[in-house]
Amino acid sequence: MFLISVSAAHLLRLYERFQFLDKDNRGHLRPEDFEAVLELSENPIGDRIVEAFFKPGQETVDFPSFVRVLAHFRPTEKNRNRDKGQPDPANSRTRKLKFAFRLYDRDRDGKISRAELLQVLREMLGMQVTEEQLQSIAERAIQEADLDKDGAISFDEFRKVGPLELGSAFILLTVRHLNDEVSSLSYWRSG
Amino acid sequence: MAVLWPLYLLISGPLWACLALTIPDGHPEAHHGPLFNTSPVSPSVDLPNALRVFSLDYHHVQAPFEIVLWIMLASLAKLGFHWSGRVPAVVPESCVLIMVGLLVGGVIYGVRHSAPPTLSADAFFLFLLPPIVLDAGYFLPGRLFFENLGTILWYAVLGTLWNVLGIGLCLYGVCLLAPSSLGDISLLHCLLFGSLIAAVDPVAVLSVFQEMHVNEQLHILVFGESLLNDAVTVVLYKLFESFLRLPSVTGLDVLVGGCRVVVVGLGGLFVGLFFGLLAALTSRFTFRAQVIAPLFVFLYSYLSYLTSEMLHFSGIMAIVTCAVTMKQYVEANVSERSNTSIQYFLKMWSSVSETLIFIFLGVSTIQDIHMWSWPFVCSTLLLCLVMRATGVLFLTAVVNKLRRNAVTFRDQFIIAYGGLRGAICFSLVFLIDDFPKKRLFITTTIVVILFTVFVQGMTIKPLVELLDVKRKKRALPTVSEEIHSRLLDHLLSGIEDVVGYWGQHYWKDRFEQFNKKYLRRFLIGEHHRAHSSILRVYQEVERREQRGGDEAPPVVDPRPSSRPLLPEEIDSIRRILSRNLHNFNNKQTAAYSRHTLHQEVTADKMRKPLHRHRSLPERRVDNTITLCPQQEDGEFAKSYKGRARLSRSHTVCSAGPRWSKLPAPSVQAAQPVDPEAAAVCPQDAPPTERATKKQLSFILEEEKLV
Repeated sequence: MFLISVSAAHLLRLYERFQFLDKDNRGHLRPEDFEAVLELSENPIGDRIVEAFFKPGQETVDFPSFVRVLAHFRPTEKNRNRDKGQPDPANSRTRKLKFAFRLYDRDRDGKISRAELLQVLREMLGMQVTEEQLQSIAERAIQEADLDKDGAISFDEFRKVGPLELGSAFILLTVRHLNDEVSSLSYWRSG
Repeated sequence: MAVLWPLYLLISGPLWACLALTIPDGHPEAHHGPLFNTSPVSPSVDLPNALRVFSLDYHHVQAPFEIVLWIMLASLAKLGFHWSGRVPAVVPESCVLIMVGLLVGGVIYGVRHSAPPTLSADAFFLFLLPPIVLDAGYFLPGRLFFENLGTILWYAVLGTLWNVLGIGLCLYGVCLLAPSSLGDISLLHCLLFGSLIAAVDPVAVLSVFQEMHVNEQLHILVFGESLLNDAVTVVLYKLFESFLRLPSVTGLDVLVGGCRVVVVGLGGLFVGLFFGLLAALTSRFTFRAQVIAPLFVFLYSYLSYLTSEMLHFSGIMAIVTCAVTMKQYVEANVSERSNTSIQYFLKMWSSVSETLIFIFLGVSTIQDIHMWSWPFVCSTLLLCLVMRATGVLFLTAVVNKLRRNAVTFRDQFIIAYGGLRGAICFSLVFLIDDFPKKRLFITTTIVVILFTVFVQGMTIKPLVELLDVKRKKRALPTVSEEIHSRLLDHLLSGIEDVVGYWGQHYWKDRFEQFNKKYLRRFLIGEHHRAHSSILRVYQEVERREQRGGDEAPPVVDPRPSSRPLLPEEIDSIRRILSRNLHNFNNKQTAAYSRHTLHQEVTADKMRKPLHRHRSLPERRVDNTITLCPQQEDGEFAKSYKGRARLSRSHTVCSAGPRWSKLPAPSVQAAQPVDPEAAAVCPQDAPPTERATKKQLSFILEEEKLV
């Protein structure tokens, strides 16, 4: 689907981590394995993150898919020459934004509806805010982003409005150890 | 406006006259409190041989009278300054203070021709310095500070060391090169001088930032660095002074000195922490005696300063740590009015302190005691600029590799060029033990201060505009950005957890959880803990009431209309978000200024007392109160269950349905979704899943607080 470039050393480390998470040595991860990570269960959007690892309909994650998801979090190469033929690498800006978009858009219909936004807000703000305030916050967010006035935020709108700055933040804020040390070797190319 | 000027002159005129006339009366007593060490000049006093109807006894009130006059003069000058149209935009406020000081100095000199009052070490370190530092520490934007702490420490500690050593050693080189005039200045003296001249006071620069709304990262870097730099400078200064008092300095002494610096810094930190927590705890119980609550803030801070001074730790570190520690708990515990009082008093005292110091500066400038030396003065000026610039450049080159948001060249220019010298430099140079070339040091310091404040202070704004410093966007879609950036924070933290490495977010989140679970529960009074959200709800309701009820009453509208939101609502939304999302990019901080309080701070406070609004559904309020402690009771640890349990009144189906096979109807019933019964997602029913989710979203939309 797309190119992933991860160095061999990091791949090894990720594999070790994969094996650590895979407590029953099944060769693939299930949601419960992720939930075993204690800090993740305390994370307000922990379940969304876990969900992001699983393709829709699948209940297991094998190692290549694991790496594929994590490859989103490497820094984007600045001056990647855009080959028309080649698909975007995993860590391109678009892909990252798409990843973030999918965190909101759980039902994968391509749009962040008001309800989905409300859901995210509720998870993040918890019970510290009243329902009414949540509604007005969600309302405001949609107002700002919704350019075609259909009451929902599509990916293009998402790309334009909110994360302009965040796109760069996402790019820079990478999990450090996933950076390439050596020249990248393309690891996985799957259909 | 033009009408007011004559009025203003009318008020200040008599004061000037007063000042001019009172000075020549002389200072008979030498013990005018700790502030003034004056040369005794005793005129003859006529003893009354009979009762008089009217008599003048100036000497009785002389010391406080003069101090008050000076402060009054400076304050009137500030008033005039702010009334004078375009001047505040161009000239920093420090300039005004210095000019007033020069004027007063001129008057005194012209009238008296004798030694003016001078500053004593005790007065400075015990009375004048703490308010300035406390003010800076209290208004430090905490979260932003800790996010950039590494960089700030890097600049403050290493940068200051670089400056001190660089200036000291190079000046010693200059002294060696001109042995005729500067031969008797030893290396230690040069280092001492370097340490005091490296104390940066960018308040003027920060006020320029205020005008220009520069981005927060730069602001916190400059501000934080200046604060810590003061601490480092004072520590080094005292170290070198103690070296000077030793008969000779060996390598062992240097080593011991180095250890001492570390101990001094850390000791100050711990003393400050201790007193800060104590103050927070005390403030928890002040709700029955709210009037004295501000007093505790000042007492504890000052006590921490004095205690660490007593133990020869760094008082500045202590007082800053104390302020930073106690601030969030005190603000939560104490009433709005007390908060306002605290802030106003802090501003007042630090203003007065700075004013007094600058007046001393002005007075000392215009006297006979100067010693001039072209090479020394010019090389000092040059070295200050060069050392700071090279230091910043070099440090930034290193730190940019580790930071995520790089410090751009323009930012570096601002940091380097904004290194103005101020009150602390002057005081420290005055307090050196007397030695032959002390007057030279004083002169040089005064020249450096005047140069940096006037020339650099006034030109920085045009230069910055020239360089187009990255500015904070004003009309920003903050809501979306804040939501997204917080989501990203959580996301990255989660990914780090998955991958098993501890990144920056890990510690932040851990501290926040520790804070919530233990510290806040212990240090904040119970009825205040849910204060923030309830207060906001009330404020919003109040606001709506004020608007005459043409808004819809606060009932949740299931299909919210897309009406444009009013500014007050947007404000309240922003406040909610920034408070509750722990948003570290708190775009709401205005630049620090010693001379003003930000409008946001004052506008926040409601003028009217908040009364319990009866039509507000009490149950919602109760829900909020009772649910919050529950939430903090470690429900976080089992977040799914916690959230499910919280959803007594509305279905928060965040976790359950995805993993469970529960059909839609059972979720509709407002029962806590029990993830224990969760089974793995059935592979054969993804469409049902999606339908369930859609149904659930629909339910959410319609769900109100019952």
